[in-house]
Amino acid sequence: MGDRYGALVNSGPGKSLASMLGLPRPVNLRRYAVGQPLLVGPALVRGVGDAPLLPGIVRILTSAGAPVVTAAADPSQPGIGGFASGVSTSGGSSAGGASGARLGAVVIDVSAARAVEDLESLRAALAPSLRRLDACARIVLVGTPPEFLPDPVAAATQHALEGIVRSVAKELRDGATANLIYAGEGSAPGEGSAAALQQVLESPLRFLLSSRSAYVDGQVIRVNPAKGAQLAEGAQVTDWSQPFQGKVVVVTGAARGIGAAIVEVFARDGAHVICLDVPAAGDALAKVANGIGGTALQVDITSPDAGQRIAAHVAQRHGGKLDVLVHNAGITRDKLLANTDADRWGSVLGVNLIAQLRINEVLLDQVLRGSSGVPGGLVDGGRIVTVSSTSGIAGNRGQASYAASKAGLIGMVQSLSARVADRGITVNAVAPGFIETEMTARIPLATREVGRRINSLSQGGRPVDVGETIAWLAQSASAGVTGQVVRVCGQSLLGA
Amino acid sequence: MAAKPSGSRTTSGSRSAVIVGGNRIPFARANGPYAQASNQDMLVAALDGLVARFALSGEAVGEVAAGAVLKHSRDFNLTRESVLGSRLAPTTPAYDVQQACGTGLEAAILVANKIALGQIESGIAGGVDTASDAPIAVNEGLRHTLLATSRAKTPLGRVKALSGLRPRHLAPELPRNSEPRTGLSMGEHQAITTAQWQISRESQDELAAASHVNLAAAYDRGFFDDLLTPYLGLSRDQNLRSDTTVEKLARLKPVFGKDEEATMTAGNSTPLTDGASAVLLASPQWAAERGLPALARFVDAETAAVDYVHGGDGLLMAPVYAVPRLLARNGLSLQDFDYYEIHEAFASTVLVTLAAWQSEKFCQDRLGLAAPLGSIDRSRLNVNGSSLAAGHPFAATGGRIVASLAKQLSQKESGRGLISICAAGGQGVVAILEAI
Repeated sequence: MGDRYGALVNSGPGKSLASMLGLPRPVNLRRYAVGQPLLVGPALVRGVGDAPLLPGIVRILTSAGAPVVTAAADPSQPGIGGFASGVSTSGGSSAGGASGARLGAVVIDVSAARAVEDLESLRAALAPSLRRLDACARIVLVGTPPEFLPDPVAAATQHALEGIVRSVAKELRDGATANLIYAGEGSAPGEGSAAALQQVLESPLRFLLSSRSAYVDGQVIRVNPAKGAQLAEGAQVTDWSQPFQGKVVVVTGAARGIGAAIVEVFARDGAHVICLDVPAAGDALAKVANGIGGTALQVDITSPDAGQRIAAHVAQRHGGKLDVLVHNAGITRDKLLANTDADRWGSVLGVNLIAQLRINEVLLDQVLRGSSGVPGGLVDGGRIVTVSSTSGIAGNRGQASYAASKAGLIGMVQSLSARVADRGITVNAVAPGFIETEMTARIPLATREVGRRINSLSQGGRPVDVGETIAWLAQSASAGVTGQVVRVCGQSLLGA
Repeated sequence: MAAKPSGSRTTSGSRSAVIVGGNRIPFARANGPYAQASNQDMLVAALDGLVARFALSGEAVGEVAAGAVLKHSRDFNLTRESVLGSRLAPTTPAYDVQQACGTGLEAAILVANKIALGQIESGIAGGVDTASDAPIAVNEGLRHTLLATSRAKTPLGRVKALSGLRPRHLAPELPRNSEPRTGLSMGEHQAITTAQWQISRESQDELAAASHVNLAAAYDRGFFDDLLTPYLGLSRDQNLRSDTTVEKLARLKPVFGKDEEATMTAGNSTPLTDGASAVLLASPQWAAERGLPALARFVDAETAAVDYVHGGDGLLMAPVYAVPRLLARNGLSLQDFDYYEIHEAFASTVLVTLAAWQSEKFCQDRLGLAAPLGSIDRSRLNVNGSSLAAGHPFAATGGRIVASLAKQLSQKESGRGLISICAAGGQGVVAILEAI
């Protein structure tokens, strides 16, 4: 399971050898620990044009305790703010010149860019900062969703951001990542909507800046204030380190691998986790549940009454209040399609797709919510997160059944998210790439090495990276993010 | 006779304990998958599965009472050591119980009684046994010699004491499956009783087949999903033969009894088994405060013993005496039950028990009853299988039965169940559970 190559090229002699031969040198990614500062260094915050979200972004960063360097530092470049020869950090650092203080993050509000020429301002702002990034630094661009822009020039300008972010992500070294947030519904955010945007922007921005997103790279995430209405009604976050305090979370496939890591993240962040897996995995499941003071629930999700059993359990133990449902359970029965029989096909689609659809139906049943019905369903404002796969996006040789199920989940997410939006429920997917698990450890060495390296971070992700991303999507504060598929793949070439 | 109790026990006016749930590991045949597992390993596994099911990690319960029939001398504090090895809070008190095959049920009675008295709010009753990892002791002669050597005060005295050693002292002392006072094995004892009561081979095989069919069906419909946690690669009882039939069982050679009276086979007797079980009991308030279920009420229990050495009763006949006393105290008839859980030490044990209750003469002469207890509806007997199919790790059987019966009653949402367990030494432990 260990990445021996990664260890070698980070050792003394291995390091010089790797750099001599021009071999990729994966760094140890910064990962989240309770109490860790948001960033490794100060954040440079810039805007292009009016940059209506800039004040909000600064407020978010400040409230997260991150030192901020703003455009105000250099008034010589109106519009894009100043960053050319000197950066004054808010910490009062005296570092000057292009090789001065290392940056923990660069956040640029590009949401007002409507003309291709505006992108030059972005280039001018971004380019010099790239050489000053600290290890595991973060670049986040904030744009306006092009699909809402009727003007082709404006849409082209905003869509260009995807190309920029994805290319920059590939250029970055030392564990730094670049991601893009498309915020809003189209019209240039005015005064009032800027406030609403700031509110829904906070959760994705904090996530992408933090080390929780260690293996999320080159991604585009959309946030929509309309869908964040539920949040506006008083679900103010009081403690960002304990977002699941008092929440009940069900995680399927919890006995091992990624499932166990998901469980640990939720428990660390305050949730009571109901760890669910097939009865045959009960011993490993008990260890996971006992490790975090959670509950083990042995249910085969393909049994016709699985949803009812989950609801009954939640009703009995937690007063019928289920806040988060994480569909992680999945199986593979890899074979070339020509060699795939109905049994293999059926079992993969049965576990990975049909079971989820059926359980969702039960737990989203309106009757389940009211005092008149059977309690135990998902609450209003609840969260569903499912684990898709880069195989579901790109396809994979020998994985037609698996890819069918994982692509199917994306369809489920897109359709279901719209249907339950009025209840403030969000439905999202994560799509892990190469994650170091017992499962991937069984892949033959050569194939494994390729899978591990063909991404911008030159290494496999860890189960916790998937867990962190799911937990972020499941936060109350992530109300503006729904119907999305977030890849946790280090910007893998697969499905890019 | 008193009116039938409507809810909790009326005799003392106290509250009664409820069964919250149970957990066991699948039972394995001796020298099978659990051959390397110790009693402590298995009891910890059973406890940890229970802890996970009810989110008790790091929590203390009022007490844990459990035991094993076959025990190493180092396991003098088996239950407490198991608690310390489990995810329960180390502040949970524990003690060992031993009443042969009645251990598990007796432990549940002890915990239920303390809860009923208000001495504790919650407790776990359990049991474990391994016939594989059995204790082997040094030869008695060797032991005496070694003790004498350690008592000696001078080097010469020690040499003198050691000189008493003989080659025969190297033969170890093995645990025996026989009654110390008769030298007969339990099977040999039961063979005598079976012949006395003229229990046919066919009826024994039918009961055995039903046990397998019922247990397999229970597994298939997921009945054990919340009663069992897999262990060391087993997720079902290893002894279970879901495809067994009366015809297949009829082909087995008898292993106990003589000549035409030899009706007891490996198929209608329980095999030596390894396994562990645990049951969580609590006051109704304790369970409610934690959102935990109350599957059934622990109503009452009774223990009896028979003089199988000199008297006319069979070794495993004690429950026959215990049940009428329990029924009388609770104002119930034998027919007032929706489920009967009669431990299948041997198929014939169950059949003798039922025959005795139907015998006018026996009920009159031996039980002192005016009328026989009568017959039971056999479709209510061991509905989810019993020891013939599941196996019988001696001290773990009580916990298996209590948890399963409690769940049956909870699913039925009404009614009452009777548990009857026979034990070595001519003892019997019986109890009543009731739906809530």
